[in-house]
Amino acid sequence: MSVSRRKFIQCSCGVGCLYMSGLTGSLLAKLPGQNREQLIEARYYEKLPHRKIRCLLCPRECVIDDLERGYCGVRENRGGTYYSLVYGKPVSMHIDPIEKKPLFHFLPGSEAFSIATVGCNVLCKFCQNWEISQARPEQVPAADEPPEKIARAAQVNRCASIAYTYNEPVIFAEYMYDIAEIANSLSVHSVMITNGYINAKPMRDLCRVLRAVKIDLKAFTERFYRELVAGELKPVLDTLILLKSEGMWTEIVYLVIPGQNDDRKELTDLSRWIMKELGPDTPVHFTRFHPMYRLTNLPSTPIATLQMARNIALDAGIHYVYTGNVPGDPGENTYCPHCRKMLIQRIGYHIVRNEIKNNQCPYCNTKIAGIWQ
Amino acid sequence: MNRRAFLHTTIASIMAAYLFGGKKYAKAARQDRSSTVVMARIEPSDPEAGFNALRLQSVLDRALESLTGLPSPAAWKQFISPNDVVGLKVNALAGKGLSTSKALVEAVCNRLQDIGIPAGHIIIFDRMDRDLQRAGYVISTNKKKPQCYGNDRVGFDHRIYEYGAAGSRITRLVTDICTAIINLPIMKDHGIVGVSGALKNLFGLIDNPNKYHDNVGDPFVADVALLKPIRDKVRLTICDALTAQYEGGPPYMPHWTWPMNTLIAATDMVAMDRIIWDIIEEKRREKRLPTLREAGREPTYIATAADRNHNLGHNELNNINVIKI
Repeated sequence: MSVSRRKFIQCSCGVGCLYMSGLTGSLLAKLPGQNREQLIEARYYEKLPHRKIRCLLCPRECVIDDLERGYCGVRENRGGTYYSLVYGKPVSMHIDPIEKKPLFHFLPGSEAFSIATVGCNVLCKFCQNWEISQARPEQVPAADEPPEKIARAAQVNRCASIAYTYNEPVIFAEYMYDIAEIANSLSVHSVMITNGYINAKPMRDLCRVLRAVKIDLKAFTERFYRELVAGELKPVLDTLILLKSEGMWTEIVYLVIPGQNDDRKELTDLSRWIMKELGPDTPVHFTRFHPMYRLTNLPSTPIATLQMARNIALDAGIHYVYTGNVPGDPGENTYCPHCRKMLIQRIGYHIVRNEIKNNQCPYCNTKIAGIWQ
Repeated sequence: MNRRAFLHTTIASIMAAYLFGGKKYAKAARQDRSSTVVMARIEPSDPEAGFNALRLQSVLDRALESLTGLPSPAAWKQFISPNDVVGLKVNALAGKGLSTSKALVEAVCNRLQDIGIPAGHIIIFDRMDRDLQRAGYVISTNKKKPQCYGNDRVGFDHRIYEYGAAGSRITRLVTDICTAIINLPIMKDHGIVGVSGALKNLFGLIDNPNKYHDNVGDPFVADVALLKPIRDKVRLTICDALTAQYEGGPPYMPHWTWPMNTLIAATDMVAMDRIIWDIIEEKRREKRLPTLREAGREPTYIATAADRNHNLGHNELNNINVIKI
């Protein structure tokens, strides 16, 4: 079998990352297309007549015939039983600063053992990781890594947390849950980097084992979700409210796309909704868009637009509002909401200084929301 | 033949194939005022044993003669030149019982070799090796005979091809390996998009078909057919309607199938799908099932494929000339 340059690079990168993380065993002898299938029954579905099933994992609730897959492309009906095709099958593993997720109020300066499988339950036309998120399991070489191996690798590499990231972790919920459960017993936290397009039951179950969640809130209009995401806004807002009620540490990222979700009224409505439903202590990151995937006809977000969005949110009363993908911008830093002193200075993913002590501002003793130790 | 004559012949063949071959014919189907759909009926000589390639071959010849007005093998040369590498896109997802029959594929392979295509330049394919094996095909990359394997063996072109709502990578079998595709779908009910026939079978050429079942597949099914390499290379469709299914698809549900004992040939995939839809509706009426519209899965993508933006073929029955033989 010939191996294309692209696949060679994919494989090499995968192996390199595994080597760094101590997980070198199973992928070294693997070539593209030789993924060994490992079937684990899905946990959120119901059986229907004539060997059909209804997936209950995300609001899409796909009804799937025998031998067919759901919208995510990684769950398959075989004879009326629904299986995950990506359980134990990561395609990407890296050690990242937690700031890259971004989670700014969760163990700043720590490292997150970051993993992804293939697949996603939406179709963002601006996806940065579309080569794995929009792929099916047979299209990308994967490792064979059971949950305990991932949890151990995070511990061995002194990572404070495991981040389920890059693609949409909702679609590997079973794998994520099992890893997180083991990792907790090893004192390694778990953080979910997600679009929030998930049903209440699986999200509640995950809250038992997760420590923090970052939600990609793509816009504040159903139009945007319909046209650019192939999803819906309402279920994502419901997830945010659920996370709040569960006491889960949550941060929001809002990718600002010129002409699509950067309207002043939309940003004002968004900020008011956050204040009303989640309160002022939920951090919001307005990040910069760059042309990507199927949305290459738009320019990068002007920095002034990000600053406008940040000011709107601050004016609405949200305490911690950031600009993202703009290294060196003052909007990357954390300021005390009371005395306005800078508490954490950042450049990109790097922490220059962190003055928060005992969860408080050292200047005025105001409690700073977050998980700091 | 000396070297000079050989080169002349080869270059002339390539030029002729490019200028006057299937590409011209395939485009003509979209531009003509009407389209022809040939329905060729065949009775199995032994109902237990099913159809054999030899009998199907003669029916296939008559179907193509009716479609082109030319006798076989000249009829085949309207679509395929001896220099082509031909992909046969079967539909093997439902396994044995409701997949493109091996006998039909064998008949097509025989005819392609008759017009001078080396056996190794014929590739029978679907999404995955596993699907083909489940339908009874034997995976082979031996170039001394027609090859047979899944897209998963060769992967997808890295480029994203876009048309309308569709944005996909396309199997390298279409973009890099084959110069012509013969579409060999089956005829069945589909639980989401209503009908699976000629156009829907093209979902097996792309990397992300799971993303295109919203809104009963409309406009996605039509858009995928217009992704450039697909539009350029699909030259002929022969639908295996030997066994058809009117309910419960896409998986094989034997109690909802009937022996239609027919091959359907056309270059206009829209016209073919329109006829298939009508036949399935008729069978559903006979079995007192709701119409596909009443079932919430009217295949509106067929009309979309015929609209001014797509212009893939004819949806109006007045513009479809059905020849029954």
